Amino acid sequence: MKRAFTFFLLLSFIITSCGSTSSRAVSESSAQYIENKGSDTIVNLALAWAETYQGDRPTVRISVTGGGSGTGIAALINNTVDIANASRRIKQEEIDEARKNGIEPVEFIIARDAIAVIVNPKNPVNELTLKQISDIYSGRITNWQDVGGEDRPIVKLSRETNSGTHVYFLETVLRLGSREDKTLFSMDTLLLPSSEGIISEVRDNPNAIGYDGLGYVPQDLKTIGIAKKQGGEYVLPSIETVNDKSYAVARDLYMYTNGEPSGVVKEYLDWILSDEAQLIVAELGFVPVK
Amino acid sequence: MKKSLSWREFIITRLIQSSGYSAILFVALIFFFLLREGLPTLGEVDTSSLLNIRWYPIENYFGLLPLLTGSLIVTLGAALIAIPFGIGTAVYISEIAPRWVREILKPLVELLGGLPSVVLGFLGILVLAPFLRVFLDLPTGLTAFTGSLLLGGIAVPTVVSVAEDALDSVPRAYREGAWALGATRWQTIWRVTLPAARSGVLTAVMLGVGRAIGETMTVMMVTGNAPVLATKLGSLFSPVRTMTATIAAEMGEVANGSTHYHVLFFIGMVLFIISLVVNIIASSVVFRAKKRAERILS
Repeated sequence: MKRAFTFFLLLSFIITSCGSTSSRAVSESSAQYIENKGSDTIVNLALAWAETYQGDRPTVRISVTGGGSGTGIAALINNTVDIANASRRIKQEEIDEARKNGIEPVEFIIARDAIAVIVNPKNPVNELTLKQISDIYSGRITNWQDVGGEDRPIVKLSRETNSGTHVYFLETVLRLGSREDKTLFSMDTLLLPSSEGIISEVRDNPNAIGYDGLGYVPQDLKTIGIAKKQGGEYVLPSIETVNDKSYAVARDLYMYTNGEPSGVVKEYLDWILSDEAQLIVAELGFVPVK
Repeated sequence: MKKSLSWREFIITRLIQSSGYSAILFVALIFFFLLREGLPTLGEVDTSSLLNIRWYPIENYFGLLPLLTGSLIVTLGAALIAIPFGIGTAVYISEIAPRWVREILKPLVELLGGLPSVVLGFLGILVLAPFLRVFLDLPTGLTAFTGSLLLGGIAVPTVVSVAEDALDSVPRAYREGAWALGATRWQTIWRVTLPAARSGVLTAVMLGVGRAIGETMTVMMVTGNAPVLATKLGSLFSPVRTMTATIAAEMGEVANGSTHYHVLFFIGMVLFIISLVVNIIASSVVFRAKKRAERILS
């Protein structure tokens, strides 16, 4: 027993010493790990960034995980991540809770995301006001005729309730941004488990209306121009219209750090806001912040 | 020598016995787990709001009725398709088909049973739903009926396989007796063979229905998941949300220990109880049928 123990001790000693001779050059400077966690909307973007960034700087290791905006912020509050990703702004309660733990969340807007409202190309409707979309999804308008289309029933498609996009759409479009408004999605709204489900149904069904992140909408579907008010200008989502705020259904995407970042985290966040990194944003169908 | 033999026998018997009892143990443990996670619901949500007709968990609407009726209507539709079709196929394979046809058909049907349900779901989304929308002139093809058709397809192999075994085990003498009395082939099947295999056929039906009510993936992909209360038969042709799809879609992101989490387990409990009741009814019917058969024979 004792001999076996000595043997293992010796073995582990040999292994570690072997390892350290070959990788010393890297391991001394590569104690630089960045833990990055949060929103599923951002996870692909964060992964693309991390891959590009690590490719140029072999001494930095960035681990990216999803789980949802709430999960990321909870991890920041518990101080288990360096950067939390969120597709919504941090809530006041979460800030309070963080301060109780001695954490001071600092916010960075790292990209923007436009939600496009889509219909089948055979549908003659091109434009809707926010109010009309709200009425459609809450069940007050049930026929395309009432918004200038053919005499067809409207089939409403939405993401599942656990999707951040669903919640954003509820707050911004259905409730028109009002906190007191308690409008809900009409009960016969189809809740599809994936973006792909929404897109294939819209592609096939001329009665359908759906919404999805601009980056996910394929060319062969029709994107609806949206006006903020009756009589206002109808705007299609694009990088320009999102950045000049004329497109109504767009949101900021955030990263949060504990206190003003320093060292390797600061370098990474500075790089994220650089032109090189923002180019990746546009490639993935999000909207760059500059 | 003799002693060691009895000793070995003792161990083997105990091993078999314990593996038999372990099934009971596992069911009990699972039920206990469901109770522990699901029962807090009753303290957190009023019974009246559980009986609400609105399911919208992120705003604390926990009405279970739309999910319950959704599951029931899809399963009912699937049973209406799978039972006649499955028993018909079983009768054909076991009673009518020539030997070579039987040898091709039976493995084919069993192969169908091995199809992953997600593949059927894809077929449903890309082929069946668009077809049904145009053919039946519905607003959308993602309906309870679409789910029923696919679930029926999933349940048929189970029904065929078990029912065919049951028909096969009916002694040949029964049929020969019927023919000798001048019965036609159809009369033999309908009046003699099927009744003789009744308990096996009933088991087949119950297994098929159990398969249908527990199926998740296909249903989640093709029924549209709209939590609408299904009140009339016409609801079969509109979107519904089943209990299984709700659990699958929402469990992934729910906060551990929250009310929503407990309600999802509560739904699991309801599903468990439903399949328990179906099984108990089935076995009691089988039991009664057996007893009567024994009385007649003796």
